[in-house]
Amino acid sequence: MNISRPVISSNTSAIPNGSGAAAILSAGIGSFALAVLAFAGDKSATAKNLLVFYIPTGPLSGVTTSAILLWLFTWGILEWRWRNRTVAVGRTNAIALILLGLSLLLTFPPVVDLF
Amino acid sequence: MEITVRGLWTLIHGMGFGALYLLACSGALVELYFFTNARQPSETEPNRERFLKFYLIAMVVLAWVAVFTGAYVIYPWYRAIPPTGSIDLSLFPQRLLMSRSTTIDWHSFGMEWKEYVAWFAPISITMVAFVFIRYGRDLRNHRQLRSAVLCFTLVSFLAAGVAGVFGALINKQAPVQGGHTIQLSGGGDK
Repeated sequence: MNISRPVISSNTSAIPNGSGAAAILSAGIGSFALAVLAFAGDKSATAKNLLVFYIPTGPLSGVTTSAILLWLFTWGILEWRWRNRTVAVGRTNAIALILLGLSLLLTFPPVVDLF
Repeated sequence: MEITVRGLWTLIHGMGFGALYLLACSGALVELYFFTNARQPSETEPNRERFLKFYLIAMVVLAWVAVFTGAYVIYPWYRAIPPTGSIDLSLFPQRLLMSRSTTIDWHSFGMEWKEYVAWFAPISITMVAFVFIRYGRDLRNHRQLRSAVLCFTLVSFLAAGVAGVFGALINKQAPVQGGHTIQLSGGGDK
């Protein structure tokens, strides 16, 4: 799937959509990273110990710090690559919203307890 | 009338940052929708756009301050471990909730959901603010970006709502308290 493929756009915008698509997709990736790390911390004692960056806050500190760093790193890379491009934003939006939906599911305790 | 330092911080986190963010979110949803869907430009548009940019930046600050004070100021007090043999668990809210079958789900469901879902709010609203600042009224020409921005704003609102509701209910069951006591009024005899 080539997300960064230039497409013909019928709109009259002066600003390419790449920057917006990068922000939206990276927000989806960051949210999903947070959910996966939270899930891992809940299911694995090793992961739980590794994610304790600040003892009083416990694994929450590692889960959120790691996810935020991953989100910002992904955003920086995508912004750098897509800033001046027009991308297939329908696809990036779909991926971002699917990741966001999965994130909401993976942080909902009854779903986590199914595994 | 008095309040403990921990109680005051909980109040600042919940009512000061969290509740204010929720109020702001409902306003942002309406304003973003109407601003980015307007067909005819109006004379007040540049002012509205500038205002909305500042409004979203304020929301970003509120959202991050809310989750950081929650995670690094209040949560350590919530999950503090009592000394062995402690009978009075009133200063250890998590242990107090887990000590009774009638309250354990406030922790195992409520807090475990709240502690992670809350973080989707600042991540989402930061993206929304960035996209709006970058595109402004040009978002009208980007229907798909506009839709995603509104979806993420809605998710941010819902995530903050879940965190806020459970935060208030959990604090009602097992309040975070302790630390120095601050006298708010003398409380003379009546």
